[in-house]
Amino acid sequence: MVHRAADLFTQQEANRRKSSWLLLGFVFFFAWIGFGADIALYLMPAEAGVRHGVPWVGIVATALAAGLAWSAWRFGHRQVLWSTRAMELITPVTPEQQRLVNVVEEMAIAAGLPRPSIWIVPDEDPNAFATGPEPAQAAIAVTEGLLARLDRDELQAVVAHEFAHIARYDTRLMTLVAAMVGVIALMSDGMGRMLFHSQRATGALGRGMARRAGGRRLGQVGPALPLVLVLWLVSLLAAPVVSRLLSMAISRKREFLADATAAQYTRNPAALARALRALEDVRTPTLAVGRGAAALCIVDPSDRRFQRWKGAAGDLFASHPSIEERVRRLEQMGAR
Amino acid sequence: MGPLITLGLLVAAVLWIITAYNRLIMLKNQVVNAWKQIDVQLKRRHDLIPNLVETVRGAISFERETLEAVVQARTRAVAATGVKDVARAEGELTQALGRLFAVAEAYPELKSLANVGQLQEELASTENRIAFSRQHYNDVATSYNVAQAQFPTNLVAGLAKATPAELWEIEDPGERDVPKVDLSLG
Repeated sequence: MVHRAADLFTQQEANRRKSSWLLLGFVFFFAWIGFGADIALYLMPAEAGVRHGVPWVGIVATALAAGLAWSAWRFGHRQVLWSTRAMELITPVTPEQQRLVNVVEEMAIAAGLPRPSIWIVPDEDPNAFATGPEPAQAAIAVTEGLLARLDRDELQAVVAHEFAHIARYDTRLMTLVAAMVGVIALMSDGMGRMLFHSQRATGALGRGMARRAGGRRLGQVGPALPLVLVLWLVSLLAAPVVSRLLSMAISRKREFLADATAAQYTRNPAALARALRALEDVRTPTLAVGRGAAALCIVDPSDRRFQRWKGAAGDLFASHPSIEERVRRLEQMGAR
Repeated sequence: MGPLITLGLLVAAVLWIITAYNRLIMLKNQVVNAWKQIDVQLKRRHDLIPNLVETVRGAISFERETLEAVVQARTRAVAATGVKDVARAEGELTQALGRLFAVAEAYPELKSLANVGQLQEELASTENRIAFSRQHYNDVATSYNVAQAQFPTNLVAGLAKATPAELWEIEDPGERDVPKVDLSLG
């Protein structure tokens, strides 16, 4: 019990620390790209008319990133919920909704956490996720398909899994990741268009580089600058890939831990194993959940049949561990 | 150099005492809170029972004994104080309810009652809440008990007025599982 408490505490600390680093890294990343752009513009010939003394791009990008980081911190969970078109369940009407409210309140007791807000995602595919920066502001969302398909014990197991993410502060980190992956993907798409589809920009940049490379001012500019430029371009292009991989790597280990904690809350690993199998058997993707929020879900919202078919190699690129492996670990805990 | 080292050690010792003391106090508060949670859930069950009895009375009036047992067990449970007493009285109430549900299985008329399904969900939920709050209380109390017995935190236990918290023992082995409340009657 003490080990468990200590383990939970370590997890929470690690997630808080990672969240802070993520926010810092995000701001630095944009500063790097912004000031890199300033350097690139400075390297251009004077006749292109884009040289400037004050690094405005860098300053604006950094300020923008700081603003985005703040809003991701403050409103990230709202954005995630909004993006899935989830609706808050305030007054339960149907028996299924009443059951969901009861189950959530039961698990809040088991986990010793405040009751989170409950949201329903209008989607036929069974899936669930939790979000929110703190347990006190947490939200648990389930799809309509989940409510229709699972029995009470299975629903309880899924809700317990989500509570585990909340208790471990996984939701804080994952929500930030989701918000930022979305922003970075958007930005780099825009940058890519700017670089490769604008004739004027590419032309000017190419000319500038050629002149510096063979020109007389090479020594003055220093050999480090082209290197900086190349590094900046590479990081810019790699950004979407890196951010995507990051969000995957972050979530995989977490799912095992959350499964284990859920089993501790319900003392019923078998129900979670059954629920996971039931979720796996449905092959329609969860359309309501976009790429950014995918890592938050209990099972991969993309086509799960595909994930199974990919096998070990697919595992490397999946945001979630294979259900088979998760069920196997739950069985070791005593699920039959 | 000597006095400085002594001072440093002293400061470290004081800091450690403060941390250990605060940890024990935090755990103690968690135990108190967890106990209150159980109380809240037990009250919920106590409030629900008259409703249940009223609902099923008409349909199974001739099972007077079973109903009476539930009502009496409830009265005793409401009056009980102290961890041991409450645990025993609530255990009896759980058993009495279990017998009532078993009896109710035999009466298909109950199926026609509109709010039986609703009541069944409420009761299932209440039983779960009690079980989970009990489980949470035992978890927190165990953490607290282990912390105050472990070296070196036990040196501060007296200072924090820490005494072992009583666990909610479950006497009836059949009750260890969360009771399955099923009024669906087939």
